[in-house]
Amino acid sequence: MNAIQLDSKGCLKHFLGIEGLKSDLLIKILDTAASLINNKAVKKVPLLRGKTVVNLFFEPSTRTRTTFELAAKRLSADVLNFNINTSSSSKGENLIDMLRNLDAMHCDMFIVRHNAVGAAHFMAQHVAPQISIINAGDGQHEHPTQAMLDMYTIRQYKGDFAPLRVAIVGDIRHSRVARSNIHALRILGVSELRVVGPKTLIPKGIEALGVKVFNNLKSGLRDVDVIIMLRLQRERMQSALLPSANEYFQSYGLTEERLKIAHPEAIVMHPGPINRGVEIDSSVVDGKRSVILQQVSNGIAVRMAIMAITLGTLSEQKESH
Amino acid sequence: MATLSILNGRVIDPASNLDTITNVHIADGKFLAIGTAPDDFTANQEIDATDKIVCPGFVDLSVHIQTIDTITQETRAAAANGITTICCPPDSDPIIDTTAVAELLQHRAEATQMAKVLPLAALTQGLEGTQLAEMGVLKEAGCIGVANVQPIVNTEVLRHALEYAASCELTVFLHPQDPWLGHKGCAHEGAISTRLGLLAIPEAAETIEVARDLLLIEMTGVRAHFCRLSTARAVEMIKAAQAKGLPVTADVSLHQLFLTEQAICDYNSQVHVTPPLRTQNDKAGLRKGLLNGNINAICADHKALKADAKLSPFSMTTTGISALDSLLPLTLRFAEETQNDLITTLGYITHKPAQILGISAGTLTIGSPADVCIFDPNIHWTLNEENMHSSGHNSPFIGWEFKGKVSQTLINGRVVYNCA
Repeated sequence: MNAIQLDSKGCLKHFLGIEGLKSDLLIKILDTAASLINNKAVKKVPLLRGKTVVNLFFEPSTRTRTTFELAAKRLSADVLNFNINTSSSSKGENLIDMLRNLDAMHCDMFIVRHNAVGAAHFMAQHVAPQISIINAGDGQHEHPTQAMLDMYTIRQYKGDFAPLRVAIVGDIRHSRVARSNIHALRILGVSELRVVGPKTLIPKGIEALGVKVFNNLKSGLRDVDVIIMLRLQRERMQSALLPSANEYFQSYGLTEERLKIAHPEAIVMHPGPINRGVEIDSSVVDGKRSVILQQVSNGIAVRMAIMAITLGTLSEQKESH
Repeated sequence: MATLSILNGRVIDPASNLDTITNVHIADGKFLAIGTAPDDFTANQEIDATDKIVCPGFVDLSVHIQTIDTITQETRAAAANGITTICCPPDSDPIIDTTAVAELLQHRAEATQMAKVLPLAALTQGLEGTQLAEMGVLKEAGCIGVANVQPIVNTEVLRHALEYAASCELTVFLHPQDPWLGHKGCAHEGAISTRLGLLAIPEAAETIEVARDLLLIEMTGVRAHFCRLSTARAVEMIKAAQAKGLPVTADVSLHQLFLTEQAICDYNSQVHVTPPLRTQNDKAGLRKGLLNGNINAICADHKALKADAKLSPFSMTTTGISALDSLLPLTLRFAEETQNDLITTLGYITHKPAQILGISAGTLTIGSPADVCIFDPNIHWTLNEENMHSSGHNSPFIGWEFKGKVSQTLINGRVVYNCA
């Protein structure tokens, strides 16, 4: 699984998923991101000068695409954006044809978001060998760069992963962020990892990933150090998964009152975009335990680190000094 | 009169429990004698089958014909794999719901003089599950049974369809899948589909539909065959129904006997199938069901696809396996792995499916059409794209090492395939 993302030396060739990666590699990404953030004097570094990065987004996205674009530009890369309407490219051959066309343009990296599970993996299998693929979300499978920025944020506030109790709350079933975070937190060795939500939003067999399932928010939040809230998509209310937004907020919404159940130093995270008053109360979003905006700003440095490590320009840079 | 003798082979006829080294004599397209030929018999042609197995040509319960134009190559591919009769489900393009399509399919197939084609008629018009298809006239036009392949949502329609099929004395071929549970899913619901984030199909999608079907079968008195069971629990339900005396049979596809959901972990689209590959426990239950006789037949469940159909991310690919080329070798491997004797095992792909279809095939009975497969059980070979006879190379078994290969196939006493 995901073996394709590593080259024969165990270095990152593509960044497709957190599953199967070693903790030292995750730490290397976090350390690299830290050095980029600490080096505030230089806003732009030349690590990807002369490289072309293509954003291939088959699903609408503003924030993720923008942070990738910003990250690439701060690494001095040229950036192309393709927003592809999935309805006009639902046939697989188009994906292959599109890849071949882009191959012919001598690009270096594709940032791919697609609604099909394994899409980035599929592209990595079929792309020209000099091109690296970064998964910016494949269906309900993984969103590994989001997980890395979440790990960065957790380390920033909590330091060590080992003693932490972490709860991921909400629509686990449909969330690629949840899956990537579960893998990352297991690899980095947190002491306890919980998923919290109604049975309709907890997929079968999730325990096999090393999590404890809680169907009750209050017991799920007890004594946790980190709370990762997930976005609840409105369409879930139409498919008999939930009765209503109001009921969801009453049962699973994070309020100031419920936050008190967690550890007094607990931080609150959310991958965005936020539905205020649905999964989380406004006062919590804007409250002192919230690190949500910090996640967004960490996202740029973490994505810069991942791009540089994947293209191998980081080590070249060091060697040349 | 065309005459032929197959000499010195190990002749296995599961229907008559025959397994001995002897000769088979054929005259005028039919079996004339096994053992000693009549005094006045002279063979125009002799086949030396020393060290080979001579058995009835195989009967397969499901060869999907994507478009009628592909029938020529697939009947030829079937023949090259010892398969002499194939049953085609109605979900082809065009759908087999009119006599014109049923007849066209059979005419095209007959013209090849290769594997015989028996169409299944649609149970409802356009397989839409609303209006009954013209089952009576479709039967007259050569359809051997009826099937809807897609679930019939409206239980009242399903009930009437089964009642009407019973009146026409047609066997109903049921593909049990609940229309709602696992809708648009592509993997078995469990830890693996959860890890991969794939839309999943729970076990209950099959068992709930089997339960509904069994109750309606009891109510309507129709003879029914369950196609492609994929769960151990469904096998138990069929077993209980058979014990109660319901006229139900079942089959299992070969890939369910050898593969599990583990195979999808690297997104191998070649194992994207309907119903999905399930658990180790299900695989064991299906094998046990076959050995106990609750599952009656093995099915190739063949679907030849163009390469593009599998060249996409997993969930976007077309389901199906090109399976004609692996029917015999995997069946032999099953016998070896389960220590099941050859005569019983060959029964799963000869007289058992023929019985389900109610046809005089899959046996070496004197006077019946001389459809024969002669194979060498000791040849080792590896399946690859070049040695596949089917037009579709969509097989997860490419690269597998097999033992046993077809050397000759006879249809109506005529050698239609000779590997030499």
